[in-house]
Amino acid sequence: MPDQQIKNFTLNFGPQHPAAHGVLRLVLEMDGEVIDRADPHIGLLHRGTEKLIENKTYLQAVPYFDRLDYVAPQNQEHAFALAVERLADMEVPPRAQYIRVLYAEIGRILNHILNITAYAMDVGAMTPMLWAFEHRELLMEFCERASGARLHMAYFRPGGVAQDLPAGLLDDISSWANEYPKMIDELEGLLTDNRIFKQRTVDVGIVSAEQANDWAFSGPNLRASGVAWDLRKSQPYDVYEKMDFDIPIGKNGDCYDRYLIRMYEMRESLKIIHQCVKEIPPGPISTDNNKVTPPSREEMKHSMEALIHHFKLYTEGYHVPEGETYTAVEAPKGEFGVFLVSDGTNKPYRCKIRAPGFAHLQALDMMSSGHMLADVVANIGSIDVVFGEIDR
Amino acid sequence: MFIKRIITSVFLLELLSGLFLTLRYFFRAKVTLNYPFEKGPLSPRFRGEHALRRYPNGEERCIACKLCEAICPAQAITIEAEAREDGSRRTTRYDIDMVKCIYCGLCQEACPVDAIVEGPNFEFATETREELLYDKERLLANGDRWETELAARIEADSAYR
Repeated sequence: MPDQQIKNFTLNFGPQHPAAHGVLRLVLEMDGEVIDRADPHIGLLHRGTEKLIENKTYLQAVPYFDRLDYVAPQNQEHAFALAVERLADMEVPPRAQYIRVLYAEIGRILNHILNITAYAMDVGAMTPMLWAFEHRELLMEFCERASGARLHMAYFRPGGVAQDLPAGLLDDISSWANEYPKMIDELEGLLTDNRIFKQRTVDVGIVSAEQANDWAFSGPNLRASGVAWDLRKSQPYDVYEKMDFDIPIGKNGDCYDRYLIRMYEMRESLKIIHQCVKEIPPGPISTDNNKVTPPSREEMKHSMEALIHHFKLYTEGYHVPEGETYTAVEAPKGEFGVFLVSDGTNKPYRCKIRAPGFAHLQALDMMSSGHMLADVVANIGSIDVVFGEIDR
Repeated sequence: MFIKRIITSVFLLELLSGLFLTLRYFFRAKVTLNYPFEKGPLSPRFRGEHALRRYPNGEERCIACKLCEAICPAQAITIEAEAREDGSRRTTRYDIDMVKCIYCGLCQEACPVDAIVEGPNFEFATETREELLYDKERLLANGDRWETELAARIEADSAYR
């Protein structure tokens, strides 16, 4: 009898798999039902954003950031706006800063609703997605009322925001924020103690604090491993300094902890939203330098200088002084950074985007090997990847 | 604590509480919309299908300054212009490739005469790709069809512009 040869089975997971969260293609080497190696193949959603931005003026580049992490577009724009402001040394009026923080937190809740419920659906719970999306819908209506688009807002501009909030919007946001904790409680009632959910998530994909640091984790995934690190606290931008909120920290770094951290973060975001609504000052919503932000319509119709500014801004754009900056924000998925190099012209010389999902995805092999096939799905769901930003 | 945990796990309490929640939702008012017949609210800022507007006397607003063409990040707008017989400068060609368009709203922001606007219509799906390559005629027709609403939207939002 010849020697028996046992070969690992190679399994293609995705890109058409509903649990692949978009266009992830995983090549899994299986030893029976146990994962030997998980090899993520990316690039199926590559659009060349970074290169495109090199050929756009600073204002034109803003909508491209919406389309990176399309689950929470505001936060990406925020990073770009802050980067340009740092290079060009712009002052942002307080009202604009409050509006930005308010919408960045709305973006965080948008993202966590999608992640938690889609993750629950990956591991077998259908109901949370169907229910929580009602609130996602309400939040997107707030985005639409402020900017005109439910998702791709193009609202945070270098120097401020595009338009002031319409009357009544703040009251509606505040009354929504009063209602929403009930929904979080209900979600927790469905998931947190549920034995099926716990069996699928507890002690799955454990990442120690050291491993999390080694693999460049950030955001909720890093905090779930017990590292107290949040850019909103460690290097506050806009008005986060004035906000009173806590950073939840996990203990075990497993899938269940990552879920719990996101649940808590939604409550903390609500705190920030309440403070923003309460403290937001009246005043201008963008810098008064009309070289960077357009003059008002009325002014443009009456003043020749304003009209020239308007035409210059929408054709040539503005020149940003030579220099380079790495500016990062705490996006819902982790540290979203923009490395912007300016050569003094009206277009960025280089715009490197640091997407948190990229770092998280590369750890998938470390998290999954030794686990069962079904646990890979739980791992992908828990690290919260979106391919818009990974493939760029 | 220990006894409580035993009771919870033997009598499936956490699962039952979840099921009870589902039952309560069963009797709550529905939040879904019966879409083609019911629609969600839209604000005056909503950015949908494009339209070229006219002045009340029927003259087209667009003066072919090409700001929208310059600012469009997706380069979806193509304009050609010439002086008309009466000497006024108007477009001879105004095309928007609605397939390229990313609905960022920069064109309507850039327009100094409120000629190109993004209207409230989002139901313009077509069967073929070619139908989405809008020319000037189509855009002006859109403007004529939606003018009442477009004017009302700009009026409602004028305090913030």
